[in-house]
Amino acid sequence: MLLNKDTDLSLTIIKQFQTFLFEKYGYDFRDYALSSFKRRVEHLLFFFKSGSVNDLIRKIDANPSLAEQAVKEITVNTTEMFRDPSFWRKMRDEVLSQFVSSPVIRIWHAACSSGEEVYSMCIILQEMGLLDKARIFASDINSEVLANAKSGVYPIRSLDTTKSNFDRLGTSGKLENYYKVSSDQTTIKYNESLIKNVNFRKHNLVSEEGFSKFDIVLCRNVMIYFNFDLQDRVMDTISNSLFKGGFLAIGSKETIVWCSTAKDFQPLSVEEKIYKKIV
Amino acid sequence: MERFKVIVIGGSAGSFQVVTRILAALPANFNIPVVLCLHRLKHIRSGFEEVLNKKSTLKVIEPEDKTKLQKGYVYLAPANYHLYAEINGTLSLSTEESVSFSRPSIDLTFDTFSYVYKNKMLGIILSGANRDGLNGCILAKARGTTLIAQSLEEAEIQTMPESIIQQQLPTYILKTEDIIKKIIALNKL
Ligand SMILES: C[S@@+](CC[C@H](N)C(=O)[O-])C[C@H]1O[C@@H](n2cnc3c(N)ncnc32)[C@H](O)[C@@H]1O
Repeated sequence: MLLNKDTDLSLTIIKQFQTFLFEKYGYDFRDYALSSFKRRVEHLLFFFKSGSVNDLIRKIDANPSLAEQAVKEITVNTTEMFRDPSFWRKMRDEVLSQFVSSPVIRIWHAACSSGEEVYSMCIILQEMGLLDKARIFASDINSEVLANAKSGVYPIRSLDTTKSNFDRLGTSGKLENYYKVSSDQTTIKYNESLIKNVNFRKHNLVSEEGFSKFDIVLCRNVMIYFNFDLQDRVMDTISNSLFKGGFLAIGSKETIVWCSTAKDFQPLSVEEKIYKKIV
Repeated sequence: MERFKVIVIGGSAGSFQVVTRILAALPANFNIPVVLCLHRLKHIRSGFEEVLNKKSTLKVIEPEDKTKLQKGYVYLAPANYHLYAEINGTLSLSTEESVSFSRPSIDLTFDTFSYVYKNKMLGIILSGANRDGLNGCILAKARGTTLIAQSLEEAEIQTMPESIIQQQLPTYILKTEDIIKKIIALNKL
C-alpha cells in the first residue's frame, strides 16, 4: 500500500497504463471501474517491485511474458465453492429442476476464475442426476486460473469455507465423495469425472463476442470490476448468448437494471439475482 | 469544520450501539450521505439493514454495485464485499481478499473514499477489536481527510480507535454524544 500522498497514482497515469496494455498487447482494461483498478495497479507495482508506473510500463514493454502475468495480477480472482449457499439452493430448486426432462442443459460459466463455481455446479448436477446431460463451457480471461480450474486441485485450507457453505445447501449428499486429499495433506483434488462435460476456454468478455447459445449463463462478480458502459456492452454479449427462456445468474449485489438489455429479462429471484430471458 | 461531501464510519466489535445512536440522532433533512463499513458475519446476508433501519431516521440501504451516492441515505457495506467510491459519485463493490479477516474492510473503504473525496470526507473510527482501519486512515490523513476517533474511555473495545490515536491521525477524539453534536452541526453549514 502506498502511504505517501505524493505517490498517489493520478488518473492520468492510470489511463496511460491502460492505454499501454491495450495498444501493445490488446488487453482492454480501459473501461474497468477505476477504484479497484487503481488498487490493482498499486498491487502490480509491489508485485513487480516497480517504483513507478512508468517503470512498470518499461518492464512489461520489454518482456511480453510479463504482460500475461500482469493480467493475472490486475484481475481479482477470489472465488470459493458454493459462494452464497442460498443462491445455489435457488439455482438447484428453481432453475436446474426445470431441466429434469430436457435432453440437454447448456451452461456457460463466464469468468469462472479458478473453477470453484464450476465444481459447485457439477456437484449439484451430479446430486440431481443431471450431470450426464450437461454441456458446460467455463471461460476466463486468465489462462493461469483456467489451468487451475482444469486441474481441480485446491489448497486444503479451502475446505473450511467449502464445508460450511456445503452444509448450508441442505442436501443429503456427502462432500467427501467428490474429492481426495493429497498424501501430504496440503491439497485436495476434485474428481475428474465431475468435469467430464466441461470445456475450459480462454475468452475475454470485453473484446470478444459470445461463442454459442446457452440455457444458463453464470456471470458472477466480474461486472463489478467494469464501469457502467462496459457492463452495458458485456450484458449485450451475454444476452445474445442466451436462448429465449434461458436463465442469467449474477453476483448477489450486482444488478442489470441500468443496462439496456434489462428489458429482455424478468427476475426469477430478486434476492438471489437470477433472471429469465423473455425474448 | 469544512463542508463535507461524505461521512464514512468504520467500526467493529462494540460499535453497533454507537452506530445506532448516531443514526437515531440524525435529522430527517440531514444533507450529507453517510457510509457505514462495519465488520459483519459473512453468512448473515440479511437482517442487519433492517435492524439499522428500525433505529435510523434516514433510510439505510445495502447498495448494489454502481449505486449513486445521494444525500438522505445511509449506505451499509454488504456482507462479503468491499465497498469502494468511484470518481463519478457512484459506489462500487469488490471481492478482493479480506483484510484483517474482514470483508468488508475499513482500510479499503477509507482508502478509496479518501482518494475520491480527500478533504471533503469526514472519517470516523469507532470501537473494534482489530486494526483494520489504520492503514486506511493513514492514507486518508495524507489526503487531507478529517478523522474522528471514538474516545478510549468510552469505546467498548479500544484496539481500533487506539491504533489510529497512537499514530496521531484523528483531528478529534470524542465520545458518542459529541460525535453526534459535531455531525449534526455539519448540517447547518
Ligand atoms: C472475482 S472472480 C469471479 C469468480 C466467480 N465467478 C465467482 O463469483 O466466485 C472474477 C474473474 O473475472 C475474470 N475476468 C476479469 N476480466 C475479464 C474479462 N474481460 N473477460 C473474462 N474474464 C474476466 C478474472 O480473471 C477473474 O477470474
